[in-house]
Amino acid sequence: MSQKIIYLDNNATTQCASEVVEAMLPYFSERYGNASSMHTFGGENRKAIDAARTKVAHLINAQYDDEIIFTSCASESDNTAIFSAVRAQRKKKHIITSAVEHPAVMEPFHYLQAQGYRVDFIGVDEKGRFNLDQLRACIDEDTALVSVMWANSETGTIFPIKEIAQIAHEHGAIMHTDAVQAVGKIPVDVQAVGVDMLSLSAHKFHGPKGVGVLYVKRGTRFMPYLMGGHQEKQRRAGTENVPYIVGIGKACELAQKRLTDGSMLKVAALRDRLEKGILAIIPDVKVNGDPEHRVPNTTNISFGYIEGESILMYLNDFGICASSGSACTSGSLEPSHVLRAMKVPFQFAHGSIRFSLSDQTTEDDIKVVLKELPPIIERLRQISPFSRLRA
Amino acid sequence: MWDYTDKVMDHFKHPRNVGSIENADGTGQVGSLVCGDALRLTIKVNKETDVIEDAKFETFGCASAIASSSVLTEMVKGKTIEEASKITNQDIANELGSLPAEKMHCSVMGMEALDAAVKSYRQGGKPVIFEQEAEKIVCHCFNVSEEAIIKAIRTNHLTSVEDVTHFTKAGGACGKCKGEIQKILDKVNSACEVPAAKPKNYNEMTLVEKIKTIESVLEEDIRPKLNLDGGSVELVDLDGKVVKVRLIGMCSGCAGAQGTLKNFIEKVIQEKVSPDLSVEQA
Repeated sequence: MSQKIIYLDNNATTQCASEVVEAMLPYFSERYGNASSMHTFGGENRKAIDAARTKVAHLINAQYDDEIIFTSCASESDNTAIFSAVRAQRKKKHIITSAVEHPAVMEPFHYLQAQGYRVDFIGVDEKGRFNLDQLRACIDEDTALVSVMWANSETGTIFPIKEIAQIAHEHGAIMHTDAVQAVGKIPVDVQAVGVDMLSLSAHKFHGPKGVGVLYVKRGTRFMPYLMGGHQEKQRRAGTENVPYIVGIGKACELAQKRLTDGSMLKVAALRDRLEKGILAIIPDVKVNGDPEHRVPNTTNISFGYIEGESILMYLNDFGICASSGSACTSGSLEPSHVLRAMKVPFQFAHGSIRFSLSDQTTEDDIKVVLKELPPIIERLRQISPFSRLRA
Repeated sequence: MWDYTDKVMDHFKHPRNVGSIENADGTGQVGSLVCGDALRLTIKVNKETDVIEDAKFETFGCASAIASSSVLTEMVKGKTIEEASKITNQDIANELGSLPAEKMHCSVMGMEALDAAVKSYRQGGKPVIFEQEAEKIVCHCFNVSEEAIIKAIRTNHLTSVEDVTHFTKAGGACGKCKGEIQKILDKVNSACEVPAAKPKNYNEMTLVEKIKTIESVLEEDIRPKLNLDGGSVELVDLDGKVVKVRLIGMCSGCAGAQGTLKNFIEKVIQEKVSPDLSVEQA
C-alpha cells in the first residue's frame, strides 16, 4: 500500500511513537533478563519497571507508585477490577455500571447478573450524559461496586466521575472507572476525583498494544484475577513484560507533555474544524454526544438515510480510516449500544461515523476529508430509497 | 474488514441499474430503516412475453446489500417472470462469487424483494411490500416468520442457530427467539436424523441419575428464567420424593418466593422429571 493513510481512528488504536519503540527495543534483545532474578543482569530490569511505574503514577497523579499494577490490556484491568470488587465483598450482591460501557465491562456485568447479582445499568440522555439521579435512586448499602467509564469511546462524552465516585463512597461501594478513552487526552487525576480503581491502556495514547494498567488505591480491598506468581506484589501473576512496561512508561511521559504544551488544544481545533466543515457542507447530519463535555479528539456524526459501512468503504478508497456504529460493521445486526442508549433515531443510528484524531493529524488530513466526503454521501443517498423521505 | 469478492466490490462501487422505473409493472419492497437495510425493486415487463425488460433498484444498506441488489437487477433482465421467480438467495450469492456468512441476509433480502416485485406484477402492478406471509413471527426484533426460517434452512442446508441468524437475521438482536429457532432447526432437520434413545423412566434411575436429571432441569429450564429477575436456585438435597432447594440472589427474601417455588419450580420439575416429586425450601 503506497497510498497515504489519513488515520482518523485513534480511539481504536494509535501509532506507537518512535520514542516509545526506541525505548522498548533493548529489552527485546540485549536486556532480556527476568526482573525477578537474583543476579544483577535480571535485577537491573526491576529498576526499568519501577521507573515506568513512576511515570504512570505521575500521569494519573497516583499518590504511591505501588498503586500501579501492570496488566496485559485494559480488558484485563476491567475484568480484574470488577471480579476483585465482588470477591472481596462476598456479602454484597448489587453492582452498578452504565448502559454505554465497553464490552470489557459490560460482559462481566452480564455474567455476574446471570450468577444472581442485582445489576443496574444507568442510562444516558439524548446527548449521552450520565443520569446521576438514577444512580442516586438505585444505589444502596448492598452495592459492592460502581464501575463507570470516564469518557465514551464512541462519542467522546466525559462522565462526571467525581460526583459518581462521591455517591458510590457515600454508600460504601468501591468505585472503578474505565479511563481508556480519557487518559492521554484530558488531565486524569485519581486523587482529585477519588476513584478506587482505574483502568488504562497504552495503545490508546501512542504506546504499544498488549500492556495496560490497573490503578488500585492503597487500602482498597483487592483479590487478584491472575494467580500463580509473586509479581506486582502478588496482585498480578506472570513474568513482567519488561519491554512493554518500559513502553507504557515512555508513552505516559510523552502524554504528560502533550497535555501541558497545547498539543491537545490543537487536536481539538482540528476536530472542530472537521465537524463544522461537515455540518456546513452536508445536509441531514447530526452530531452525537455532548459537545460541552467531550474529549478533544473525537466527533461522532450521523449521516441520515444511509448506512455506515458503505461510507467507510468509500472513505477507504482515499486512505481515510474511521469507524462506524452501524450494525453492519460489527458483524452484529444492531447498531451501537451507545447510540441506542442515547435513543438516536434509526435513520441516523445506522449512518454514524466516528472520526477520532490525534496530535499526528494534520490540517491537510482534514482538508482531504472535507473534499472527499460530500460526494460519497451524495452518491449513497442517490441509491437509498429513503432519500425521498428528505424534506 | 469483510472479505468481499472483487465482484461484490465492483457492484458496490459501480452499482448497475440504480433508480426507480416510472410506471413500473412491478414494485417490490423489503426491509426498513429500523432493520438497517432495505431494498426497493422496480421491474418493467413485456406483457405479451412475460419477459422482464428492465429492472432498477434503490438500496439502503452496507456494501453487500448494495452489491446483491445491483447483481439481482442484472440477473432478472431478459428472464421471464416464471424464470425469475425461481432465483434463490444462493443464486444471488453465487453470482457475486460469495458473500461472508454474516452477510447472507443481504442476498435473502434480494430474493424477497424479487418475490414481492413478481407478486406486484401478477396483481396488476400495485407496489407490494414483502411480508413474512406466515401466521407466526418467530423473531420479533427483525420480523422474521417461521416460514422464512424454514425456507432458509432448507435452501441453504443450515444446521445451527448462528447459521439461521446469518441468513435471516432472526435471533440477531435480543436473542430471545434462539430457543425457538433451535426447535425449528430440529424439526426441519429431524427427518434425516436417527431418533434419540428413549429417556429412562425416573423411577428406574439410580440416585446419582436422579440428582443429575433434576440438576439439568434446574439449569436448563429454571435458572435462566430466575436469572432474568436477578435470582437463581440451588439444589440442596433429594429426600425421597422431596426436592429441597435454596433460592438465591433476588429470589431469596422475595415476597413471591413461595409462589416461585410451588407454581414455577415444582411445576416444571413435575412436568420434566416426575409427577411424584414435590419441591420445598431447604
